[in-house]
Amino acid sequence: MTVAELLLMCFSAILAENFIFVKFMGVCPFLGVSGRIDTALSMGAAVTFVMTVASAASWAVYSFVLVPYGLEYLETIAFIIIIASLVQLIEMFMKKAFPPLYKALGIYLPLITTNCAVLGVALLNVQNGYNLIESVMYGFFAALGFTFALFVFAGVRQRLDLATPPKAFEGVPLSLVAAGLIAMAFTGFQGISLGGSGFFPFTLS
Amino acid sequence: MKRRGITWFIKEGVLSNNPVLVQLLGLCSVLAVSTSLTNAVGMGVSATVVLICSNLLISLLRKFIPEQVRIAAYIVVISGFVTAVQLLIKAYLPAIDKSLGIFIPLIVVNCIVLARAEAFASKNGPLASALDGLFMGLGYTAALMAVALIRELFGSGSLFGISVFGEGYPGILMLTMPAGAFLCLASVVAAVRHFTSKRRGDK
Repeated sequence: MTVAELLLMCFSAILAENFIFVKFMGVCPFLGVSGRIDTALSMGAAVTFVMTVASAASWAVYSFVLVPYGLEYLETIAFIIIIASLVQLIEMFMKKAFPPLYKALGIYLPLITTNCAVLGVALLNVQNGYNLIESVMYGFFAALGFTFALFVFAGVRQRLDLATPPKAFEGVPLSLVAAGLIAMAFTGFQGISLGGSGFFPFTLS
Repeated sequence: MKRRGITWFIKEGVLSNNPVLVQLLGLCSVLAVSTSLTNAVGMGVSATVVLICSNLLISLLRKFIPEQVRIAAYIVVISGFVTAVQLLIKAYLPAIDKSLGIFIPLIVVNCIVLARAEAFASKNGPLASALDGLFMGLGYTAALMAVALIRELFGSGSLFGISVFGEGYPGILMLTMPAGAFLCLASVVAAVRHFTSKRRGDK
């Protein structure tokens, strides 16, 4: 991968292949915590950190442990254990070293284990055959895309609180409609994707 | 342990406590794989198998798993079954494996499976837990198929890949795109809420 391709990959990880609006990963925390801009940013920061470190750790385990012993089929189990223990470690470390940051992110940290974006990024790195640098870059920028989506949506959501929709649409359905409209805007970025790497039966380029 | 009839499990899993439409769990996979009915059935069956097996095993192990590490233990059990299902699909249904792609391994982090382990299997006997897994899985499959039915029928004019409206049907491209997934799921959830609240109001 050349530097230009690397940059394109990073850019499309944020916009054209946004984890929430295009790949549908991490929708649960997205609907759960994006009620306010500041909590959305805290969650985004925690996810970015875990996803970047998890990308590096899962790459190392995959290429130095699983591949040499022919255990590639155990990748799902290995990655989820890595992510769960990583989240636990980070939680313990932050509690000791940065108490204020821990207080700010505390409640979101355990949730990250079951965020499908984190496991998704680890599996995608393997699927796409990325090396260490590409994996870490992809993890970091996909997480930035996740944070960006949370941030944009939190802004929309604060307005939604004032809306008076039909009773059946109150709450989550209305959020889903708003997410759908934002997703529509994100399809506009499809034209600049690398093409063929998504799993949707269409290309708009 | 309370004794419950099989109708309780059916009603709880598929209707009144449907994991997707009422509890709003596991939305990522619903949004992603509801592009066609074939995908929806494949994903629904895989998740159901994982739910039954993991609920059964977790229920059997519930007295041995220490309280503090239970979530980690559940995840390891679940990911073991997910890997088994993934390998089976890869071996016997390669086409399904290709179209579902990364969403099969992502069943590990599907909130429904962990939620049932924590809320039901860790407190109930093995038979009840397996039944709960079966009907929660069927409820998930039903919701997934409802969304996929609308998206495939109107989005590309076909059902299970067989053309229904004939060659001339232009297809609503938006329904097959990510935006359509969000809007379609929102409408289905709202419709379910509308009808259930009406029925309750009549009583």
